[in-house]
Parts: sequence; C-alpha cells; structure tokens
Amino acid sequence: MAGGLTQSEFKNPVVRWIDSRLPVFTMMQKEYGTFPTPRNFNYFWNFGALAMVNLVIMIVSGITLAMHYTPNSALAFDSVERIMRDVNFGWLIRYIHANGASMFFIVVYIHIYRGLYYGSYKAPRELLWMIGVVIFLLMMATAFMGYVLPWGQMSFWGATVITNLFSALPIVGDPIVTWLWGGFSVDNPTLNRFFSLHYLLPFVIFGVVFLHVAALHITGSNNPLGIDPKGPQDTLPFHPYYTAKDSFGMAIYLIVFACLVFFAPNYLGHPDNYIPANPLVTPPHIVPEWYFLPFYAILRSVPDKLGGVVLMFGAIAIWFVLPWLDTSPVRSMRFRPWTRPFFFLMILSFLVLLYVGGKPPEGAYVTAGRLATAYYFLYFLVLLPWLGVKERTLPLPESISRPVLRGGGPLPAGAAAKPMEKA
Amino acid sequence: MMPRLFQGIRAAAGRRRAMPGGRLSRLAAGGLLGALLGAALLAPLPPGALAADEHSHETPRPPHAGLSFQRMFGSFDRAAAQRGLQVYREVCSNCHSLRLLSYRNLRQIGLSDAEVRAVAAAVQVQDGPNDEGAMFERPGRPSDRFRSPFPNEQAARAANNGALPPDLSLIVKAREDGANYVHALLTGYADPPAGVTLQQGMNYNTFFPGHQIAMAPPLTAAGQVQFPNMPDASVDQMARDVTTFLAWAAEPELEARRAMGVRIVIFLCILAGLAYAVKRKVWADAH
Repeated sequence: MAGGLTQSEFKNPVVRWIDSRLPVFTMMQKEYGTFPTPRNFNYFWNFGALAMVNLVIMIVSGITLAMHYTPNSALAFDSVERIMRDVNFGWLIRYIHANGASMFFIVVYIHIYRGLYYGSYKAPRELLWMIGVVIFLLMMATAFMGYVLPWGQMSFWGATVITNLFSALPIVGDPIVTWLWGGFSVDNPTLNRFFSLHYLLPFVIFGVVFLHVAALHITGSNNPLGIDPKGPQDTLPFHPYYTAKDSFGMAIYLIVFACLVFFAPNYLGHPDNYIPANPLVTPPHIVPEWYFLPFYAILRSVPDKLGGVVLMFGAIAIWFVLPWLDTSPVRSMRFRPWTRPFFFLMILSFLVLLYVGGKPPEGAYVTAGRLATAYYFLYFLVLLPWLGVKERTLPLPESISRPVLRGGGPLPAGAAAKPMEKA
Repeated sequence: MMPRLFQGIRAAAGRRRAMPGGRLSRLAAGGLLGALLGAALLAPLPPGALAADEHSHETPRPPHAGLSFQRMFGSFDRAAAQRGLQVYREVCSNCHSLRLLSYRNLRQIGLSDAEVRAVAAAVQVQDGPNDEGAMFERPGRPSDRFRSPFPNEQAARAANNGALPPDLSLIVKAREDGANYVHALLTGYADPPAGVTLQQGMNYNTFFPGHQIAMAPPLTAAGQVQFPNMPDASVDQMARDVTTFLAWAAEPELEARRAMGVRIVIFLCILAGLAYAVKRKVWADAH
C-alpha cells in the first residue's frame, strides 16, 4: 500500500483521476453497487434504508426550521407560530419535521422488531445490533429535546417530568437534575441547552449510523431464513436489485408520510402543546409523545420511583445483552415453533404498553400495564434463554437459493410472482 | 381475584367503546388474557385500583358540528367565516384577544383590501415612540396584529372576576376535538342540574370540563348579532359561524395544505406504480 495511485476501473477521465487518488467511487461501487446481498429479502428489509432517508429528511427540515426559530422561553412559542403563519411554506416544513419524528419511530420500531424476529442480533452481528441500540437511545434523547422546543404546555411539563426522573437516583440525583435544568426549574437555560443539543445530536446519530452501516458491510445482511449465503447463487448485487426494491418501498413510505403531513398533521400530537407553556398551570394528564408511551407505561407500572426508572431504562438496556440472552443457534423465528408464539405475545405486550401509557394511571390500565411489563421482561430474561436450550427447531434449508429456486420450504412473498417478459 | 380483574378490564373496554380507540382496547384486553401467563409476577394491587367505573359524571363528548372544513377535503365556507368574524368583533373581542393574527390575514377569508383597511381602522392602536419620545394612538393598519382587549393578564383578570379569557388564535387546535368542542361549548349553557351548586360568578356548561365556567353565556338570543341578509340568526348559527372563523384563525394554511396534499399523494401513487414496475422488471431474471 505504500505510495502510488489506486487502480481505478472507471473510464471517465475525471472520475478516474479522482478515484485513483481518493477511491470513493470504487468504494461506492463495492458497497452499494456490486455488494453481494442475500436474494431472499422480504419488504421488512426496506426499513433500514427508509430510516436513513428519514434521518436526512429530519436534518434538512430541522436546519431550515432553525433558521426561523428563536430558542428563548419568552419568544419560542410565537416564533413557531410565525413559522406556521408567515414563513413561506413554514407550515409544511414544520409539519414535515414534527410528523417526520413519528415516521422515524414507526420505521425504526419495525426495523428493530424485524431484527428481533429474524435473529439479526446473533453472531456475528452482535456489535452491529448494539450500535443500533445506541442509535435508538440517541434518537429518543433527540426527539425528547425537540418536543420541548415549541415551548407549549406539554413541552414544558413533559420536560419537567422526564428530567425529574433522574432525581430518583440516590445522592447524585438532585444535582444531576439541577445541572440538566441549568437552574432550579425548567426555564430559559433548559430551553437553550436543549436547542443546542437537539441541533448537535442528529449529527452524532449520523456518525453512529455510519458505524452501523460499516459493521453491516463487514458481516453482510441477515435474511428471512437466517442462514448464511453459501455462494454467489444465494446473493444478488445490491444495485439494481435492492435499489429498485428500496425505491418502491420508499414511495409507499412517502405516501403514508404525506397523508399524515397533509391530512392529519396534528393527529399524533397533543392539543395542549398549542397552549403556551405556563409553569403555574399543570395539565390534567401529562403524556409524552406516542413513541415513548411503552416505556412510560413501564415506568408507571412500578409503585417505586427509582424502581420504575430502573425498569424503564432496563427495558432498552436489555437489548444490549440480547445476543447472549438468546441461547438458540437458530436465527429466524420461522424455524423456532416454540418461541414464535411467545414472540408475538411480546409484540402484543409492547402494544398494550403503548396503549396503556397514554391512559390515566388508574383502574384496569394499571393492571394491564403491570401484566404487560411483567411479560416483556419474562420474555427476554426467562423465555428466550430457556427456550433456546429446550426448543426442538425445524430443519433449516440447505441454502438460500434452494427454497427460492426449486420450491419447498416457506417462500418469500415476492418469489411467487410470475416473471415478466423480457423487453 | 381473577373475576374482579376481568370485570375491571371489561369496564375499561366498555367505557371507551364510543371512542375510535375502542378496537385498541379490545386488543389490549386480548393481550391481557395472554399476558395472564405472567400473572405470578403481578405486583399486589392497591385497594380500589379496579373500581374503574366511578366517573359517571364525566363531560360528554361534543356532538359533531358538521362544518364545511371538517370533511377530509373540505374548505372554509367564506360567508360563514366572515359572519364569524363579525361575531368575534361584536361579542368575543370584548374579552378575548386574537394576538397571533394580523388584520391583513382577513384577505384569506374573502375580505377586499378596502374592507380589511376598514376593519383595521376601526380600532385605535398604540404606536411610538415618536420623534418627541412619546407614545401615541393611531387608527389600525392592515399590517397590525389584532388589538387585544386588555393590556396585560392582570388587567384581563381584574375585569373578569379573576378569570383569564384565553387567547383565541389557536383555540381550535388547543382543545381536544377542537371545532366540535368550541361549537358545543358556545351552545352548551344550561341550568345546573339539581344538587349542583355553582361557585359565585360561575356558569353551568354541559361540555366544559368540571361544568363550571367563568365565561357568561356569550350568545344568548337569536339575532344578537345582525348579519346582513340573515336577520334573526339562531344562537347555533352564530356559534357555527364563529367556530368556522376560529378554525380558520388556528389553521389558516388548511386549504393550501389539503390542495397540495391531493396533488402530492396522486404524484406519489404514480411514482409508486412506476417504481413497482421497474422493480418487477429488474427482478424478472432473478427468480
């Protein structure tokens, strides 16, 4: 590698000149052109690319909003309304950004649960998975601080409740809260630092996403069968096969996104956030944004404050050690008949938590939340380790190409489609 | 303990059935049945936790107002919005500000430039300081924000028996079920039912949370606001019109947004069709 230029295969002289000095074109060709990708992806494998697109949409719309927004507790609310009313297409930019956050979490939740179902966290992809959990945590922090910026009632009281969680920690709790606030209550210094961090963290996320993709390109992608590609007959070049498939998925994603932005832009928001923040008036029910509700429900399921906080963070922290909690050597749930129903029950418990988190903590909601919390942890801490050892799994297919090309074994949905006539 | 538990679940599901989330709650109940497997881990319940049905006197859901903009592709009825502006100017604006709107915005609901100038000039606004350093009053201009009835919160409270009339710029977005709620509230005044004692200066309203509202009935008699070509408009008519006006005030971009949305979704559907055709063609030799 000492000295000299890289051998470039590109014919265009300008591209070749650059590529032989800085082989970015060769790299793109290797990583996104010819990159060997399992041929049997279903549409759940679109969501990684969609998350990437969503991150870019959030950064572009967010930078535009920051040009018009004023991070000051006396001016923030009105500056957002000025964006909505007086800035050209300001309403469009803001609704894209606000609903983009919801879309981001929808996409990422599907991406995460796809990984859980098909065992994408297992060797050799443990680190890839753990980096993904880091991205999710960063996303949560970013989204939380972004929701504070309009300085409405839910912004203010949500910030108060969530930052106060840290006061549950013994000894260091209260100093940490004071430090987060920059004072003795949520106020202008809090808004200022949240704005600063809300601008910073997306770029941190971008960096960690780069690591996530880099790690992915070392191990290669998992696939619905969860078995490794055994040769070129099992893979397709990323381009044009998966660029074409991702393009279609992206169009569908944009349709859903557009329906939210143009026809129900406040459906996922809370009306109270159109009331300017008032430290003297507490809303009857303080609810976080919908994507935090499952974890909020876990928090409220525990009668003890510290216990609730520990369990809430534990619900995500558990994902870090998941590669070692799941003892089964088989990746895909398709071949794990015992674990599969318990997996779907876990999804159901997550949805129950999502629902319960938005309801007042009383009556049957508390009971439902506790049962769902208990099952969520039971699944990860007891069922997965135990079933992995005891379960009799179904025989795995010989290779990816066999079930796809010759039938036998569960077919991916797309594989049954009749081939089109060649032009 | 188990039967009590199911009772609680059923009560919760039944209470929400009228809401769009009813299916979700049945889902939740279904999930619970499954999650009972984890019942051994159930934390002891606080006493009374399962008495879910004690809120029988909750505020009722406001009826659907059936206004022009509430349909998915609906727009603001210009005539209704203009009548609503008249209601706001003659009734609401005595106590409620509309501080996020400017008079120039009224062109959007069909007022001509001359009419906008006339509406603005009808109020005196404070300006200054002038060259001598003094503040002065002048007639309003289209570029001015709507003049607020009170200079500050304290003045507003002092004039209203201690209550603060909220700003109305966003009221339709800032309330659950916005337009229906505003319409229901304006028409929901009634005599308190037997056994309910109102606090001093409070009024009974069917749709206000807690039922005791400081605002006296603002629209009381048919023809209270005299619309041109519509003598003796009913209270319901006035309420519907001012709701239309306030809905426009909260979401002035609504029509532009929906029009753009239709075009963009049509475009995206065509794009999706093309992308799918390309995908099929590319994959034709891969199966």
